[in-house]
Amino acid sequence: MGGLQKKKYESGSATNYISRNKARKKLSLSLADFRRLCILKGIYPHEPKHKKKVNKGSTAPRTFYLLKDIRFLLHEPIVGKFREYKIFVRKLRKAYGKAEWSGVQRMKENKPAYKLDHIIKERYPTFIDAVRDVDDALSMCFLFSTFARTGKCHVQTIQLCRRLGVEWMNYIITSRSLRKVFLSIKGIYYQAEVLGQTITWIIPYQFAHDHPTDVDYRVMATFTELYTTLLGFVNFRLYQTLNLVYPPKLDGQGEFSLKSECEEDYALESESYSEKLAALSASLARTVPSVEDEEAELDHFPAEGEDLEKMETREKMELEQNKQKKLFEGLKFFLNREVPRESLAFVIRCFGGEVSWDKSLCIGSTYDETDETITHHIVDRPTIDKQYINRYYIQPQWVYDCVNGKILLPVEEYFLGVTLPPHLSPFVEESEGDYVPPEKLKLLALQKGEKPQAEEDEEEEEEEEDDEDDEEEDDQSEDEDEAEDEASLAEMEEKRAQGKSLSVKVTPGKVKPENRMRTEQEEKAEEKRLAIMMMKKREKYLYDKIMFGKKRHVREVSLLRNSSILYAFF
Amino acid sequence: NDIRNTVGNIPMEWYKDYPHIGYDLDGKKIFKPIRNKDELDEFLDKMENPDYWRTVQDKMTGADIRLSDEQVDLVHRLQEGKFGDVNFNEYEPAIDFFSNEVMIHPVTNRPQDKRSFIPSLIEKEKVGKLVHAIKMGWIKPRRPKETTPQYYDLWAKEDPNSILGRHKMHVPAPKLKLPGHEESYNPPPEYLMSEEERLAWEQQDPEDRKLSFLPQKFACLRAVPAYSRFIHERFERCLDLYLCPRQRKMRVNVNPEDLIPKLPKPKDLQPFPTTQSLVYRGHSSLVRSISTSPSGQWLVSGSDDCTVRFWEVSTARCLKTVEVGGAVKGVAWNPNPSICLVAISYDDTVVLLNPGLGDRLVSTATDQLISSYEEPEEVKEQPVQWTVAEGEGHEQGHRLILKHPKAVRQVTWHGKGDYLACVMPDNGSSLQVVIHQVSKRRTQNPFRKNKGLVQCVSFHPIRPYFFVATQRYVRVYNLIKQELTKKLMANCKWISSMATHPGGDNVICGSYDCRLAWFDLDLSTKPYKVLRHHKKALRSVAYHRHYPLFASGSDDGSVIVCHGMVYNDLLQNPLIVPVKVLKGHTITHDLGVLDVTFHPTQPWVFSSGADGTVRLFT
Repeated sequence: MGGLQKKKYESGSATNYISRNKARKKLSLSLADFRRLCILKGIYPHEPKHKKKVNKGSTAPRTFYLLKDIRFLLHEPIVGKFREYKIFVRKLRKAYGKAEWSGVQRMKENKPAYKLDHIIKERYPTFIDAVRDVDDALSMCFLFSTFARTGKCHVQTIQLCRRLGVEWMNYIITSRSLRKVFLSIKGIYYQAEVLGQTITWIIPYQFAHDHPTDVDYRVMATFTELYTTLLGFVNFRLYQTLNLVYPPKLDGQGEFSLKSECEEDYALESESYSEKLAALSASLARTVPSVEDEEAELDHFPAEGEDLEKMETREKMELEQNKQKKLFEGLKFFLNREVPRESLAFVIRCFGGEVSWDKSLCIGSTYDETDETITHHIVDRPTIDKQYINRYYIQPQWVYDCVNGKILLPVEEYFLGVTLPPHLSPFVEESEGDYVPPEKLKLLALQKGEKPQAEEDEEEEEEEEDDEDDEEEDDQSEDEDEAEDEASLAEMEEKRAQGKSLSVKVTPGKVKPENRMRTEQEEKAEEKRLAIMMMKKREKYLYDKIMFGKKRHVREVSLLRNSSILYAFF
Repeated sequence: NDIRNTVGNIPMEWYKDYPHIGYDLDGKKIFKPIRNKDELDEFLDKMENPDYWRTVQDKMTGADIRLSDEQVDLVHRLQEGKFGDVNFNEYEPAIDFFSNEVMIHPVTNRPQDKRSFIPSLIEKEKVGKLVHAIKMGWIKPRRPKETTPQYYDLWAKEDPNSILGRHKMHVPAPKLKLPGHEESYNPPPEYLMSEEERLAWEQQDPEDRKLSFLPQKFACLRAVPAYSRFIHERFERCLDLYLCPRQRKMRVNVNPEDLIPKLPKPKDLQPFPTTQSLVYRGHSSLVRSISTSPSGQWLVSGSDDCTVRFWEVSTARCLKTVEVGGAVKGVAWNPNPSICLVAISYDDTVVLLNPGLGDRLVSTATDQLISSYEEPEEVKEQPVQWTVAEGEGHEQGHRLILKHPKAVRQVTWHGKGDYLACVMPDNGSSLQVVIHQVSKRRTQNPFRKNKGLVQCVSFHPIRPYFFVATQRYVRVYNLIKQELTKKLMANCKWISSMATHPGGDNVICGSYDCRLAWFDLDLSTKPYKVLRHHKKALRSVAYHRHYPLFASGSDDGSVIVCHGMVYNDLLQNPLIVPVKVLKGHTITHDLGVLDVTFHPTQPWVFSSGADGTVRLFT
């Protein structure tokens, strides 16, 4: 055999990965800059399949990047900008030290800046990619827009985040693409379907933040920098698809009606305009005046490999969705001042309802409390002094539950001072064997237009559980039988040993009722047990693991079910 | 008189400890005025004196001075931020001296400086420096304002094929988990934690918790507070996105039922023992060993209570009890049907016993065979001492007594019934296995050296092979050629028992680490199959002589009967299917079943246990 002797770690996976420190040295960047670059370019460590091989035999904990990724970073123009900025800071410090104020001024005017457009284009080559990844961007922007302007980050960033958030919400309203809302203890989750992608984001409740000290705001700011750029471009494109003007303009009529009120509270016209946009009460201007609704009926062609049934279900789904989009159409809401205005206005407008609030609460209210045509008044306090007769006074949860249930729920359970029914998460999809809370069953029945029949279902499920327990019982009973037999045998033998003549007695035999089903089941169970014995070690391990998981799941479900039954009694 | 103080503007507390407060113009001490007012006097003064409010103390002299009206007025004016002088007018009309209107008279009549009309050197120098800096490119002109809008249609010319090479390895970040019912502000009550659960949750490490928050219930939306860990969670998400190593993991989605091997149904593999039908009671201690007579009519059992009992198989009747001088370790019935002999081992003795059961002819023939022995002419030195039993022993049936140098653990007969092998486990000794020839009363030590601790031995049923199981290996010796033919690796820690298939090509080994290894001698020296069906150590294994069955008894009190079909076709591997788990023995002193043996003709299995019983399963 000729050729050179192969050396270890000179080919294969060891050469495909590079440790973080080596990567940093290769790029000659400081750790902070390296991290910033990774965030912006979306480079993340990879976990190699054989860590020890990649680590050249060492087992020290290291993070590994793909070498290709790092090579790809080498040609990034932004790295040059980082270096420029570093130099700029050094020069500026020098100028300050020398008290060269004109120099400082000049330098500040020429401050190096970079744009992230090309990075966005590179990370998301197609628009749909960008829309798919917009979840985190939204959550982050909405969080930053709630920050106080007190130096945790730049005021411009906060304003930009707010602007982008409002733009997004306006788009969702106009396109009516909101699907689910969930009031959690962390904040309010929204889920929308934009261009076929489900996007979920969370907005915290409107409170001042207690800023934690163990959070690195620089990292968050870098992410926000990227996210604002991404979200801006996505918004632009989304507005374009709906023929809306970008940056958003209020529709002509709405603008006129709003103009008269509370204009004088704002120093700047632009400020009042952005606030009006943020009020979410008016529709947006379009580049091409659209014909109201009445979409052309789309012809449906079955997709390849789809049979008629599937197409029917799809059509049904679409019909349902269209119905959901017009859920609140024709309803007029009025928000009392203690309810979360922005969230409710957003949700109601997304489903075609009209909404207003007290003039002193926020700009952009369209009608007064005294309006006779108001159908629902949303209040979140136990009682209210002055009540109008021809409207429902309801708690805000009704709106959210209606959206999630896709129907207008009966209002009785949501009246003032009434104990609310539980608010369920719309994101949970129960598969077979999962626990379904009774409220959900009720909702499903309502959706089908039936009377609730929750109790029967529960009983059935309980029976099933009993069956499971049976097996164990059988084993026990067998053992007991044997024990009895032995006891009688022992007794007889004892007697014999004592030398007494056995009192021979023939007792009428009892016919044992033979349960064929049961014996059959037992046989099956034993067969299975014996077959399990013959499993290979590896398969047995896997089998045991799966069965353990299943049993745990069953246990958890039964625990929940038991406690729910318990609560139903008390 | 003038009492002005001459000490000047000094901190007056320097005089704190002196009776005087300074010096007057003549240099005489100014004494502090006598102050004997206490708090009460002060208070009374405050209440009674109408001028108290305008009385101040002069720091320099220590005397009280009552302020005049003018002075009080001045104080008021100063407090209000007005000028002290009443007559001062602060709003005098301003005269604009330096207005843009050119006047005929200059404001100042100073002649112009020379420097005002010659070029400044310093400025020239500065300009020169700037010019130089511009030339060198150190100072750049102000950058023009950006004209492109901040946001535009980035994907105007999108190309779905422009996916970079690195995207092949791209692992998109997983989306955050969507919240469940328990995160609701008003969850169903069953999702709330009970008091114990809450305490347990609090005591857990934050990483171990299944839920990162405590489910809470609020009566109304207005009562929901801010979530204190909101920023933390966003931050952690950020960290996950750029610091967490990503890896693609394949999730196996297996139906557990598919993992269970498809085996023939036990029903189709009948006959095999299924139920316990008889219990043989009588022993008061562990029954170490059992054996059946070749006809299948009798059963012998040896126990720790120093007795050997003979049973009739079909009635469970104890026909005979023979007491021996120690705990019986092994019994073995001679497999030759024309000889009625049972080998019993206790301590260092092996007794050949004629139970006198069954056919009287056979029994007397056996006695004759033994008594007809003639001493050979030259007596060889033997490791074992052969004696003929006499007296009471003979009455009981003892025929020959073999005294060994060490304790004998196992006895086993050759298929023809003339040879008898005994095991005396002793690590490293050369005398662990001896083979006796009964007809010639001769003993030989087949091995010059034994490797390891011999656990058990067995004769090959047809050919002159001999199996020796040590702790980890089974060695197969050819007795004629006197050489080692095979060494079977059992892959277990400690072999406890061994049995040979009547065909002779298969061996099973039970071990103390709960395994049963099936060797196919034609196949390999490694086990063909390892079964781990017992929960505890295996004590004994046995093959059936005719039916394709084998059984194993274990410390967990169960006997597992398996179907072990060996095909004549060499290409077909043996089929092993467990068919029945037999339970009956109670576990005493952590010991369950100690020995199992099959009935020679029927598909029945006997098992002896630590509870002092022998059981028959049919």
